[in-house]
Amino acid sequence: MNIVVLIKQVPDTYSERKLDGSDGTLDREATDSVLDEINERAVEAALQLKEANDGTEVTVVTMGPDGATDAIRKALSMGADKAVHLSDAALHGSCAVQTSKALAKLIGTVDGGFDLVLAGNEASDGRAGAVPAMVADILGVPALTHAREVTVEGGSVSVTRETDDGVTKLTAELPALVSVNEKINEPRYPSFKGIMAAKKKPVATLSLADAGIDASEVGLANALSTVTSSQPKPPKSAGEKIEDEGDGGAKIAAYLVAQKLV
Amino acid sequence: MAEVLVLVDHVEGENKKSTYELLTAARALGEPSAVVVGPAGTAGKLADGLKAHGAAKIYVAETDSTDFLTPQVSVLASLVESTNPAAVLISVSADGKEIAGRLAVRTDSALLGDAVAVSPEGVTHSVFGGAYIAEAKANTAHPVITLRPGSVEVEQADGAGAEESVEVPAAAGRSATVTAREPLAGGDRPELTEASVVVSGGRGVGSAENFEIVEKLADSLGAAVGASRAAVDSGYYPHQFQVGQTGKTVSPQLYIALGISGAIQHRAGMQTSKTIIAVNKDAEAPIFEIADFGVVGDLFKVAPQLQEEIVKRKS
Ligand SMILES: Cc1cc2nc3c(=O)[nH]c(=O)nc-3n(C[C@H](O)[C@H](O)[C@H](O)COP(=O)(O)OP(=O)(O)OC[C@H]3O[C@@H](n4cnc5c(N)ncnc54)[C@H](O)[C@@H]3O)c2cc1C
Ligand SMILES: Nc1ncnc2c1ncn2[C@@H]1O[C@H](COP(=O)(O)O)[C@@H](O)[C@H]1O
Repeated sequence: MNIVVLIKQVPDTYSERKLDGSDGTLDREATDSVLDEINERAVEAALQLKEANDGTEVTVVTMGPDGATDAIRKALSMGADKAVHLSDAALHGSCAVQTSKALAKLIGTVDGGFDLVLAGNEASDGRAGAVPAMVADILGVPALTHAREVTVEGGSVSVTRETDDGVTKLTAELPALVSVNEKINEPRYPSFKGIMAAKKKPVATLSLADAGIDASEVGLANALSTVTSSQPKPPKSAGEKIEDEGDGGAKIAAYLVAQKLV
Repeated sequence: MAEVLVLVDHVEGENKKSTYELLTAARALGEPSAVVVGPAGTAGKLADGLKAHGAAKIYVAETDSTDFLTPQVSVLASLVESTNPAAVLISVSADGKEIAGRLAVRTDSALLGDAVAVSPEGVTHSVFGGAYIAEAKANTAHPVITLRPGSVEVEQADGAGAEESVEVPAAAGRSATVTAREPLAGGDRPELTEASVVVSGGRGVGSAENFEIVEKLADSLGAAVGASRAAVDSGYYPHQFQVGQTGKTVSPQLYIALGISGAIQHRAGMQTSKTIIAVNKDAEAPIFEIADFGVVGDLFKVAPQLQEEIVKRKS
């Protein structure tokens, strides 16, 4: 089985995230970047399927700036077999529709094609949470999203989809796309051996031309939507803070009454 | 006036409040047309509510297909083609985001996701948990806009509500099939994203049993209950109540945080609340940096006392 995992490098949420004042895109210089937490789980899910199905190959695919090699290294150290990285200055500022179209083309460059595409259900940076379904739509394959559980058996894939609205069981024939949620598994830590092995694993770095994408299909200038302004909101400042002296609850009640909140 | 397609969000034969928010928002852009996709008999139960909130037309696509979400996408895509709407409005939810994304791809439309306000010029986003406000515009016809529940005040308006039935086109690609569905039991409390008061508990609550303290305070205030991820991960409270970056985003009039440290990922889901109250025994907890009123103390003493005071005032 061939599994493609879509991974994304995102700003570390423990560091302050900033928007670039000039074009409203993410200011990547200003923040530390990491492999998105949910993507680690998508990689883990792929590795578990690989362990259960002999002859499975796991390819991680990412579209993003040069720094995304760190995310790739992490996934390879965990145990993925190879990587494809689309990196091109022209990609800067691509909107979700462009990103999905480019990812679909990029997936098409993976040797041997795919039986299963795995992704995170949403990335912590944009929270678009739509890219996996959009990619599936372009590829014309079923999307089984927000999976808390995934099983592959006899050419079909089944998931337990968990969202705020409830639990749904979905099934589809392969090839298909599955996005996983944060409850699916605990990602493994790369072992020392894994980290060493990762250094020798193949990483194909592609330009737009290599991936067969025309520059007019991507980038800020061609995006289907444009951020026209962005402003930091003045941070909420601390108000009153008191020490409980046995009347803390009553004091809150008095505050709520004064603010006409009760 | 141009039509604005509104995908009706409904559950068990009722319109969700978010549907009325969409219809209200749509009126700023044109004339709202409600689009109902569901099993046979669905639209009949929803029509009155849709008319009372300004739906000029109601497109009815009834189908018993078990295809997952693709019927909604196909119906909207064919309506985009036949009506050339000013925009398509869908509410933010797991399903809504997915339908919107696919529709944008199929109709070559801009996707303006997770808006908190819409106008003819574009949309407003609240980014990084409210740390930034950004404005965005579409560069295409019929943009697909998803609107965050709770961001628009519902207003009633009379709509003609002329019903028109539409075919569900055959799926463009292969679909996943739904084999079982268990909707979440709603319970009696208001929905987290719709509530005007939210009381949340964190790891400091200490156990699932102790969450009763959070629930009791919430009930005295008619509030929804939320939880931090640490509380959810420790099994104190179910996942669907998680507030924060990977949980729900809430923006109530009043947010009360009990035993929550206020990690940046938690704040991302609640810092746009109008008034924030925090109770934490650690005076250095970061939640106090954004609290309008903070009590350094033991939640097991403070919360029950607060609850008693509220109950006293109400009687
Ligand atoms: C990618 C990512 C996404 C995340 N998403 C989310 C998210 O969506 N939501 C979220 O909440 N977190 C999220 N987190 C986790 C977040 O970083 C914190 O770990 C989490 O919010 C901590 O929860 P907490 O405040 O309940 O627990 P803690 O940080 O352990 O704080 C517990 C607090 O309770 C106080 N306390 C203890 N006992 C009492 C008592 N008797 N009375 C009063 N106070 C008491 C303590 O002083 C302490 O401040 C995410 C993390 C990552 C990396
Ligand atoms: N630039 C990208 N490169 C690779 N995968 C991506 C990219 N953007 C999004 N994804 C995938 O789509 C998921 C959801 O992202 P998003 O829709 O941006 O919230 C991520 O967890 C990734 O698996």
